[in-house]
Amino acid sequence: MYVAVKGGERAIDAAHAWLAEERRGDRTVAALSIDQIREQLALAVNRVMVEGSLYDPDLAALAIKQARGDLIEAIFLIRAYRTTLPRFGASNPVKTAEMAVVRRISATFKDLPGGQVLGPTFDYTHRLLDFALMAEGEAPIGLAERGAAALGTLDPVPHVTEFLNRDGLIETEAPSDGTPPDLTREPMELPAARPLRLQALTRGDEGFVLSLAYSTQRGYGRTHAFVGELRIGSVAVEMEIPELGFAVEIGEIELTECESVNQFKGSKTEPPQFTRGYGLVFGQTERKAIAMSLVDRALRWKELGEDFTGAPAQDEEFVLMHADNVQATGFLEHIKLPHYVDFQSELELIRRLRSEAMAAITTTQEAAE
Amino acid sequence: MTDTLEAGAYNFAYLDEQTKRMIRRAILKGIAVPGYQVPFASREMPMPYGWGTGGVQVTAACLTPDDTLKVIDQGADDTTNAVSIRKFFQRTAAVAVTEATAEASIIQTRHRIPEAPLSEGQILVYQVPIPEPLRFLEPRETETRKMHELEEYGLMHVKLYEDIARHGHIATAYAYPVKVEGRYVMDPSPIPRFDNPKLAACPAIQLFGAGREQRIYALPPYTAVVSLDFDDHPFEASKAPHDCDLCGASDSYLDEVITDDAGGRMFVCSDTDYCRSRCEAGHMGRLGVPQQEAAE
Repeated sequence: MYVAVKGGERAIDAAHAWLAEERRGDRTVAALSIDQIREQLALAVNRVMVEGSLYDPDLAALAIKQARGDLIEAIFLIRAYRTTLPRFGASNPVKTAEMAVVRRISATFKDLPGGQVLGPTFDYTHRLLDFALMAEGEAPIGLAERGAAALGTLDPVPHVTEFLNRDGLIETEAPSDGTPPDLTREPMELPAARPLRLQALTRGDEGFVLSLAYSTQRGYGRTHAFVGELRIGSVAVEMEIPELGFAVEIGEIELTECESVNQFKGSKTEPPQFTRGYGLVFGQTERKAIAMSLVDRALRWKELGEDFTGAPAQDEEFVLMHADNVQATGFLEHIKLPHYVDFQSELELIRRLRSEAMAAITTTQEAAE
Repeated sequence: MTDTLEAGAYNFAYLDEQTKRMIRRAILKGIAVPGYQVPFASREMPMPYGWGTGGVQVTAACLTPDDTLKVIDQGADDTTNAVSIRKFFQRTAAVAVTEATAEASIIQTRHRIPEAPLSEGQILVYQVPIPEPLRFLEPRETETRKMHELEEYGLMHVKLYEDIARHGHIATAYAYPVKVEGRYVMDPSPIPRFDNPKLAACPAIQLFGAGREQRIYALPPYTAVVSLDFDDHPFEASKAPHDCDLCGASDSYLDEVITDDAGGRMFVCSDTDYCRSRCEAGHMGRLGVPQQEAAE
């Protein structure tokens, strides 16, 4: 006797219990603490903060632990938490020119005011597995070995693009006091202005933005980009308090900022000059910041009077509608939910079309005989 | 992963009141312009996009503490996702839940319209994956919005015509497009076309929520809804040519269940509440069992 499928509720509870057990792993191995994740997996924490759009290293570390290291799942946890938070107001724009930099490099000038500061980078490491780490025998690293530069610089370091701008060689960015749109509070409507595009790119999936940027380098919407400046460091966050009538510092955040400088031979509307692409993300997330600045530049073809070559990175609707990994993964994975009803209706249609097609073949054969 | 929700950590029905107000505005606009897709600032929900976040947000915005909620997926109350969404509202809103269609004041559904007729005062909330009926003909939102503005639906008719030319039938089995009050072409969500006639002149309010795509649309009670067709190829609601093997119903949409590996199969109502209430009323299908026996 057939009994209709039941037990969804018990199955879900059992699956959750199993998942919790798998998440913990072998209980003879010590559990990870949030502090350990925050301090030792800081780049994962940074990515979760950027794409989760919430600057909170502890919660990001918790999300990574709960998600078993699946960063997109962790980003999703942070987003779902963030969306329930009340909004008290907006900070003043952060002043990245006053950043206390730990890393600051320019690929366009050999030396420049403020100097090149390598900072903590993988760039010139040899990618050889360090088996000493596996043996958990880390050599203590003193401040002296890090070198003076590693202290970072507390003096403000001017933006590289400002030097170019003095000669009028790079486009001028008109400052605006307008309130930028917020795609977490308003539905995204196209065409989008640059502030909205930048917000979407910052929240966008690192892999997606990286591949799009890469595609522009390989010729799909080429923008000839150099890293004009990449800087990582801390900036103060200030907020106007209406009762006080002045801005107070409410905290400090670490940011990565990238300004790409792009060759531009001029268009019908713009003279030959260098143009800019911009990337700004939380924490030390420089791959994302650089990629973002390239995609930002590619998306600016219309305002610079360039031609649309049909490249994916130039296509605002394509980029903005598909950059969000929480949306993408949800819709992708939903196809594993039950679709009995749709499938049944397709089955029935196919059977009907088939039987008619078969009947037609039989009739043709009979006619031929 | 924990099943306890800190008391007071979240607002009634999860969403904060400002967000609900924003969603209610979108719903009211949708009701005022039947079939028009209203953009709304969809929030991240604690379940993934594609799992019914649009429907969940619409339900959350409509729920009051006195409501009785029914949640179905593929017509069934006990499929995993229906269970999960029902549990979510039990935890966050502590509303009464039911499986009986007639007892529910709000019904959230995925891919089906209940067999039992709905009544005035009820709200049917659909989960919608792709709200744009023209999306697979034109991928760009900027273009499709223009097409709706200009009532430029020729492309859709060409597609349906090509189906007939190629297959002899309109080869759309679910999410069959409809025209609302002679104006907007609307995607009824992926319900089988068997359900399309129930969209029209329905006494209940029908609300459609697409979370990922940030759209809400609506059919107010007693709206004229016509499935697109041609005079010489009229629309046909179709289903498997069988009766339910459990309750014997000949008028309900059926799921096909494979019962062994030798090609054995049976057909049962996809609407589990409809099937159960028919069985309880003494109806019996080919493989059904009398109620007393089943209880023993």
